[in-house]
Amino acid sequence: MRKCPSGCRSLGIGILFFFIAKCACALTHENAVAMAAGDADARIAALARAVADEPDARTAAFIQALADDAVKFKGERVWVVKDGQGADPVTGETTALPEDAEDVMNNNRLRGELDTALAALQLFGPDRSARLAAVAALVKEPNPALLGLLDKALTTETDGTVKTQLVLARSAALLGSDDGAQRLAAAKALAQSQTPATQLLLNQRLAEETDPVVKSAIQASLRVIADGLKLGDYLGTLFTGISLGSVLLLVALGLAITYGLMGVINMAHGELMMIGAYATYLVQGLFRTHLPGAFDWYLVAALPVAFITSALVGAALERGVLRFLYGRPLETLLATWGISLVLMQAVRSLFGAQNVGVENPSWMSGGVQVLANLTLPYNRLVIIAFAGAVLLGMAWLIGRTRLGLFVRGVTQNRPMASCMGVNTARIDTYAFALGSGIAGLAGCALSQVGNVGPDLGQNYIVDAFMVVVVGGVGQLAGAVYAALGLGMASKLLEGWTGAVLAKIAVLVFIIVFIQKRPQGIFAMKGREA
Amino acid sequence: MTANAQSISLPPAPALLSGRGWTGFLVALLLVCAVAPALNLLVPVGNPLHLSDYGVALVGKIMCFAICALAMDLIWGYTGILSLGHGLFFALGGYAMGMYLMRQIGRDGNYQSDLPDFMVFLDWKELPWHWALSDSFMATLALVVLVPGLVALVFGFFAFRSRIKGVYFSIITQAMTFAAMLLFFRNETGFGGNNGFTDFKRILGTPIATQNMRMVLFVLTGLTLLGFFLFGRWLIASKFGRVLQAIRDAETRVMFSGYNPLPYKLTIWVISAVMCGVAGALYVPQVGIINPSEMSVANSIEIAIWAAVGGRATLVGPIAGAFIVNGAKSWLTVTAPEFWLYFLGALFIAVTLFLPDGVVGLVKKLKGVKA
Repeated sequence: MRKCPSGCRSLGIGILFFFIAKCACALTHENAVAMAAGDADARIAALARAVADEPDARTAAFIQALADDAVKFKGERVWVVKDGQGADPVTGETTALPEDAEDVMNNNRLRGELDTALAALQLFGPDRSARLAAVAALVKEPNPALLGLLDKALTTETDGTVKTQLVLARSAALLGSDDGAQRLAAAKALAQSQTPATQLLLNQRLAEETDPVVKSAIQASLRVIADGLKLGDYLGTLFTGISLGSVLLLVALGLAITYGLMGVINMAHGELMMIGAYATYLVQGLFRTHLPGAFDWYLVAALPVAFITSALVGAALERGVLRFLYGRPLETLLATWGISLVLMQAVRSLFGAQNVGVENPSWMSGGVQVLANLTLPYNRLVIIAFAGAVLLGMAWLIGRTRLGLFVRGVTQNRPMASCMGVNTARIDTYAFALGSGIAGLAGCALSQVGNVGPDLGQNYIVDAFMVVVVGGVGQLAGAVYAALGLGMASKLLEGWTGAVLAKIAVLVFIIVFIQKRPQGIFAMKGREA
Repeated sequence: MTANAQSISLPPAPALLSGRGWTGFLVALLLVCAVAPALNLLVPVGNPLHLSDYGVALVGKIMCFAICALAMDLIWGYTGILSLGHGLFFALGGYAMGMYLMRQIGRDGNYQSDLPDFMVFLDWKELPWHWALSDSFMATLALVVLVPGLVALVFGFFAFRSRIKGVYFSIITQAMTFAAMLLFFRNETGFGGNNGFTDFKRILGTPIATQNMRMVLFVLTGLTLLGFFLFGRWLIASKFGRVLQAIRDAETRVMFSGYNPLPYKLTIWVISAVMCGVAGALYVPQVGIINPSEMSVANSIEIAIWAAVGGRATLVGPIAGAFIVNGAKSWLTVTAPEFWLYFLGALFIAVTLFLPDGVVGLVKKLKGVKA
């Protein structure tokens, strides 16, 4: 029940119990009109009457129509409007809809009642998950008027999980009972439901409760629930921290190559990510028009496209601009900033300044519920796994392949590598393209959790540099620890101080940290550097 | 050692400006103090020689930017330290002045309260502590210098003491500005949140939005710019300035010669920050608004490009650069707004690739070819 003063609640119950005995089962014209027209209290009473007795399919359809704002009325007649045609709710016959029929208006309270009624109707459906969802809704919005219905459902229900939930819903409804003993039992029973919704419910009751015994029972239950929720909260913070860390890691991995290994300050790194995200957007569009059947797998095709697009742009930048600026880091910083402005404006000209929509494939939406108050979204889980995969791939590429060997060689001693026959200029291009391509992959991943717009890169560039700087130049391990550490730190602080202050605190920490360890957490030592 | 040191005779300090330099300086002084006011105030509207109010506001604004570019040149062009945080000092000076201007509104705000409008809006009952000095103009002038100066002193002391150099320094100055911007965006910080300060009514009790007041601010800005220019000339010709340039070219060698670079770097860093703060304080009453976007990362990098376009390590260059880039900006954002960012981006790339000495270097080169 939405914000409904207790007076109106007991009035509702009174009317309800009075009518239940002599209720007709099937939907009648009188019932339909009573539910659709009149003042809110009367309509709610009529609605409760219709639901409390075993309702037929027509009643359910009519309540659904009411919730969908698809009912019109005039005088003593009501119509369900569908495709511009009016239908009689009782017989289902299509009849002419008078011009001056009025829309049925639902206020917020009525909407809440309609939702509860719909949930109650679901209780007897054949689909287990629908029943479960319906009970969950009833636990959240308990309605004493539905007690009879719940009891009936309890007798017919066979599934254990649903049954437990039904008992909880019953307790939640009984919490508003006039009988102190029942309230006491309900308050004790509710300790088993460790969800934020139950917590809220008990807190609301606690504010109204006058009976000291019930009061202390509610408080005891609240303590139990709070303990149960603490674990979920803690794990939730941990998860968001890891999730942010994995995003930072993806963003910083590309930089770890271009800045960490090659020493190029690439302020356009964020824009290379943006290019990857827009490439994903384009692939999504292609799949939607040409391969709608395989739409769920567009992301798989988008990954190589994003990588290659960003890598090509990166290679062009290296050949066209950065090549002439090696050894002049400050100039490189300014030139790449200029490049980032041009890329951003180019995307604005091509795709417009607005964000574009990139959808999650269906297998990435939703999440897995671990605890009552802890749901891990699939897209976040996928990105954590993806960040791990990219990290492993890169570690393999740099540590185990011939290209990686050359990159390390050129980084550590350029003239010597050149003497040994390594084409250093080409290796520079390859390495920069690789770093850019990884930025593209990061962009592809970010398109699944955030907005895709021309400013996408700008939002991450400061963070990404912080990760690389804290992690230390020339090391992948440093980037990993720094990304996860900064991700966790900002999320933990966020719980305390709010997002903005947390961000400021992290930045200040980094500024102080660099004072102490300008070389980062992991610095190359001695001759390696 | 002392005997040796005494036998080395230092070259005599060059004159502050050459003969032609002084002529140019006087022409600029005359333009700012006499010609521009005359063209704006005395020549009637409609006359082709009339300098419009828009023109006065624009040139006044650009002169503020030129002070920033000059400050950037002292720290980057002459000392080799690229700061991406000068937007913060500019904004700090601006906010200090803005607080005073907000208090000058008095009861003329929308809510007719003694407190600034945004505080009434936030339901604050009294001024927060950091507004304590905002009633006094003299205190505000002191704050304009002290706040950016102190922030720079503390930040610079720790950064330079740990020998943070080059790109690292640039990146942490960027982080500093970014953090400050986030801080100022918060309503709780007490600086008007993302709306900042605006709707100024008067300064020193006189209305601010009059033609005469605008001209006064314009002349003040021009004089400040010229004053800072002379100061810069004097500074870089002094022994102190020579050490700065030595630090830029070979810091290790300077250390081996027995100099401790820390006080030198710190001094020029603070001077540069204060110059930016003063520029911000002059900017706010002319433009009529200050908000946290002045501290955005992009703004600070733009200051660097003004100096680079004009020519680093020349003092005329940054001033010219500020005028060229901002002139182009106000022209392009009106005629072809979508091309402005392309132009600015291309400018960054072109200047670093082809014009390391900026426009001044180019002019010198062309002259050399002719001669």
